[in-house]
Amino acid sequence: MTPTLNPLLWMIPILPLAGAAINGFFGRKASRNAISAVALVFCGAAFAVALWIAVHFSSASSPYYFPLAHWLRSGTFSVDFEFYLDQLSLVMLLVVTGVGFLIHIYSVGYMWDDDGYYRFMSYLNLFMFFMLTLVLAKNYLVMFIGWEGVGLASYLLIGFWFTKDSAAAAGKKAFIVNRIGDFGFLIALFLMIKHFHSLDFTAVFTQVSAWPTETASVGILTAIGLLLMVGAAGKSAQIPLYVWLPDAMEGPTPVSALIHAATMVTAGVYMVARSSVIFEHAPTAMTVVAIIGTLTALFAATIGIAQTDIKKVLAYSTVSQLGYMFMACGVGAFSAGIFHLMTHAFFKGLLFLAAGSVIHGVGGEQDMRKMGGLRLYMPWTFATMGIATLAIAGIPPFAGFWSKDEILWRAFGASWVYWLSGVITAFITSFYMFRLMYMTFGGDDYRGAAAQEAHGHGGHGHDDHGHGHGEPHESPWVMLGPLVILALLSVIGGFVGYGNRFEHFLAPVFQGATGIAPETAPESAGSTLEYLLMGVSVSVAGLGWFLAYLLYSRVPQLPARIAAGLGGLYRAVVNKYYIDELYAVLFVKPLIDGSTTILWHGVDQGVIDAAVNDSADAARHMSDELRHMQSGNLRSYAGWVAAGGAVVIAYMVWMGVR
Amino acid sequence: MDIPLSYYLLLSGILFACGVLGFLIKRNIITIFMSIELMLNGVNLSFVAFAAHWHALSGQVFVFFVMVVAAAEAAVGLAIIIAVYRTRETLNVDQVNLLKL
Repeated sequence: MTPTLNPLLWMIPILPLAGAAINGFFGRKASRNAISAVALVFCGAAFAVALWIAVHFSSASSPYYFPLAHWLRSGTFSVDFEFYLDQLSLVMLLVVTGVGFLIHIYSVGYMWDDDGYYRFMSYLNLFMFFMLTLVLAKNYLVMFIGWEGVGLASYLLIGFWFTKDSAAAAGKKAFIVNRIGDFGFLIALFLMIKHFHSLDFTAVFTQVSAWPTETASVGILTAIGLLLMVGAAGKSAQIPLYVWLPDAMEGPTPVSALIHAATMVTAGVYMVARSSVIFEHAPTAMTVVAIIGTLTALFAATIGIAQTDIKKVLAYSTVSQLGYMFMACGVGAFSAGIFHLMTHAFFKGLLFLAAGSVIHGVGGEQDMRKMGGLRLYMPWTFATMGIATLAIAGIPPFAGFWSKDEILWRAFGASWVYWLSGVITAFITSFYMFRLMYMTFGGDDYRGAAAQEAHGHGGHGHDDHGHGHGEPHESPWVMLGPLVILALLSVIGGFVGYGNRFEHFLAPVFQGATGIAPETAPESAGSTLEYLLMGVSVSVAGLGWFLAYLLYSRVPQLPARIAAGLGGLYRAVVNKYYIDELYAVLFVKPLIDGSTTILWHGVDQGVIDAAVNDSADAARHMSDELRHMQSGNLRSYAGWVAAGGAVVIAYMVWMGVR
Repeated sequence: MDIPLSYYLLLSGILFACGVLGFLIKRNIITIFMSIELMLNGVNLSFVAFAAHWHALSGQVFVFFVMVVAAAEAAVGLAIIIAVYRTRETLNVDQVNLLKL
């Protein structure tokens, strides 16, 4: 299929960039209304253009492209600024602009009182620009620009409250951990240049298709696939690089929703799905993707059980759900992974926004142990968050059920191990999400009021809005509106996948990859088995709900007893398996010590500084001696001249004789 | 029979060396000045000797130039010496050392 030119394509990323520039340069003096108008109009315009294109895009027609500018030309190798839109990018585009626009609206309410309001809005728009560049890229290098750009925006927004040490540290951590992943991505790009002499998606994939599948051996495609996965693991917070995402919760909650739940962290999934052709030709890399995804899903879910910070629970949940998506990609079900990416963007964005609404309502508190009974105070937040919880737990007919079931079904087709891990994860997910709901909204008593009076409120360092208040209150409509829309999407979003329509829609993108038409995929094989598995996953979700109800609503004293009974295991889970501490001992401390002793004291002070200082000292001492030549004595000067002349003559005579 | 070139050059060298020596050991500016003249004339002698030896006129012309420069130098130099004597009341170069750091 030859792509057709679409002159509107460039506007989608550029519009938010213009908004970011206007707010960034002129926002300091502008009124909050003007800032909001600029941010919303430019982001909304991008969404409108995306919708316009989506309406005119039919799956039968060819992909769109738009060459914006020439960039690198080196012999036969060239990379241009080109945008590209096919079914896969279209899904991403709509998710990013749609959810992004909703979160922009929400941010107006959430961040209104913050002094850095203009800065926040500018960063959000900047993030949109980079994210849209990432999804609309036509080659890996433009994608990499977006990839790095969203990392930058993420860093800026995590450390938005940069006067707080923990936020600044979290921003740095996110940036550095991502850098490890980006390193892998970059090397993958170099390998592609070396072996395919191109970074253009179409060109690379065409060449890869002609290569034999590396089933028995481990070759260059496997290497590229694994390196791409390293990049994806960094950006999408997979084992072993997931550690930055929970810390990223230091950022304002809309940021957590937009960047660290709905869009940026899914960039890794998008990249793997985009490179599906490469992965299909490298089964080893595929298996690694699947294993990493499965492990991450299970591992992060177990950590989520014991967290008490409402945003940390959601953060680990995000890591876990991203693991699902990688599991799907790893078993070849790319469209299922993208499907889950989409529904996850709806319900996880909603969960974070609702959590933000809760935090807003209780005056900056994030500890769920100090909440409770909030359904009486904030019914809308409760209702929408409840829908999102049902969706993520996989209760039909909510969105999460469809996509998760699709992934589990396809995983079962690959290996029952993946499926079993997925089902266990689904059970844990359901448990910790309903635990969150019961702890936050359940019960009749609001535990925060007493605690706040005892503390003299406002002393908590979290999303602090400065206005301490004992009574929780419902959020304004500018925040509830996006919640309601996302709740709607979380309810109906799954139906686009009904009857494999979503898979058919994406089929042209992945056809080259899977090599099998979706009709012949295992769905048609045994519907009895499929319904059986569906029943299992729904019942474990129900079981998780029941368990959470039992522990956190019926017998609230039971969790403490269980925790005491588990002893060391419970402490390990509460402390996130000491992974941060392990990394600190294994990597951070050796690096800091090595840098201090070898690089700082050894190389920098011992070699570089020493060379500079010693040469300066030598010059000074030599000058100190030579200074005595300048005696002011006329006859000594004359003597030097005569001596010099004598030396010159002696030299000339000497050389002349030779 | 011509006097060999080396004789002239030897005399020229001796004159020049005398000039250098005088320049180095004498303290009186006038004497130093005279030593400089001695050096110049030592060089002049070598010029004319070479010119006679090689039958080339340029050596002779050079001597005239040196003489002109020497005359100019003498005029300026003596003026400076008088000015120095008027302000410092000495002609000892070791005491004329205001430019020393």
